[in-house]
Amino acid sequence: AAAQSRPSALQSGESLATLKNESDSLKKKLEEERAKLHDVELNQVAEKVELVSALSIRTRRVLKGHGNKVLCMDWCKDKRRLVSSSQDGKVIVWDGYTLNKEHAVTMPCTWVMACAYAPSGCAVACGGLDNKCSVYPLSLDKNENLAAKKKSVAMHTNYLSGCSFTNSDMQLLTSSGDGTCALWDVESGQLLQSFHGHTADVLSLNLAPSETGNTFVSGGCDKKANVWDMLPCASVSCRLYDLRADREVAVYQKDSIIFGASSVDFSLSGRLLFAGYNDYTINVWDVLKGNRISVLFGHENRVSCVKVSPDGTSFASASWDTSLRIWA
Amino acid sequence: MSTNNSIAQARKLVEQLRIEAGMERIKVSKAASDLMSYCEQHARSDALLVGLPASENPFKDKKPCIIL
Repeated sequence: AAAQSRPSALQSGESLATLKNESDSLKKKLEEERAKLHDVELNQVAEKVELVSALSIRTRRVLKGHGNKVLCMDWCKDKRRLVSSSQDGKVIVWDGYTLNKEHAVTMPCTWVMACAYAPSGCAVACGGLDNKCSVYPLSLDKNENLAAKKKSVAMHTNYLSGCSFTNSDMQLLTSSGDGTCALWDVESGQLLQSFHGHTADVLSLNLAPSETGNTFVSGGCDKKANVWDMLPCASVSCRLYDLRADREVAVYQKDSIIFGASSVDFSLSGRLLFAGYNDYTINVWDVLKGNRISVLFGHENRVSCVKVSPDGTSFASASWDTSLRIWA
Repeated sequence: MSTNNSIAQARKLVEQLRIEAGMERIKVSKAASDLMSYCEQHARSDALLVGLPASENPFKDKKPCIIL
């Protein structure tokens, strides 16, 4: 495991005081640099962009079968299958077109907070209160017991809050209530890299879409989103942070929204932001202009997870009402 | 002992801040115009934004799908 060891003795000329002075002056410099670049607001520049025309998005599928709150879901790259995990301890693989349940696994713990589909479509990863992330190869044989082939990959010292395969089935990125994120080798279960930097529970993570896939972002209870090179607490507002400008460029909130947003995802072009809230709704925001375009009703309890499908033709939502919905 | 830990932490913080201070940044106006142009370029292929006819969107199609 990756923690670098460094001599902790003083270097010449260095003291706790000089280090503190340097970090204070660097922080000040950073604030000044960032302020210089804040020459305009995103929504001002976007005034000349055409308004989004009326969206015709509604529920097209309701996936019922979980016995308790659905906490997480992920799409398969084939754009039709999904995996979901629930407080009921079950992980289900669905065919989103036909509503068939293709696989079901019963985990040894309840509160399976995280699940992810492998890029190959041949396995799923999941975990939660067991503090682990396990990978289950998906068998074509309906009679085969998936639990028998289970492979424990990640071990944390607190609950697993998020997991995601990187560009291949071979590596898994996890986030945990223990305040860390970690990168694991699936085959050997070895810890490849550990990311410390949050001061409280890490709640979610997301990989940057890229061929080389070596950047990810994590959000936590310390109200910070960290961007890691390799590689959300519900907040009432959703914020857009531009990495090249190194600052927040938009905030999506309304006075009438008093419940937190648990999960967000962009539409394919980046113009729409779908956010799932604790008031059971999904709000659709215009990313450039900053206004809310519509509110989608349907779920009967908190929305825990929203994800746009790999080709952007639909998005899925998971809810504490025990169902998943596909919207298009 | 705890002094050594504080020093290690302080050193780590300074290193992290140096990395951040050395980053190249662009103006919000430039970032905004890049965001707008990305959205515009990809708008046509964004089915949730522009809509896809039922015949092309498998989720809008009510007939069961056959796997060939």
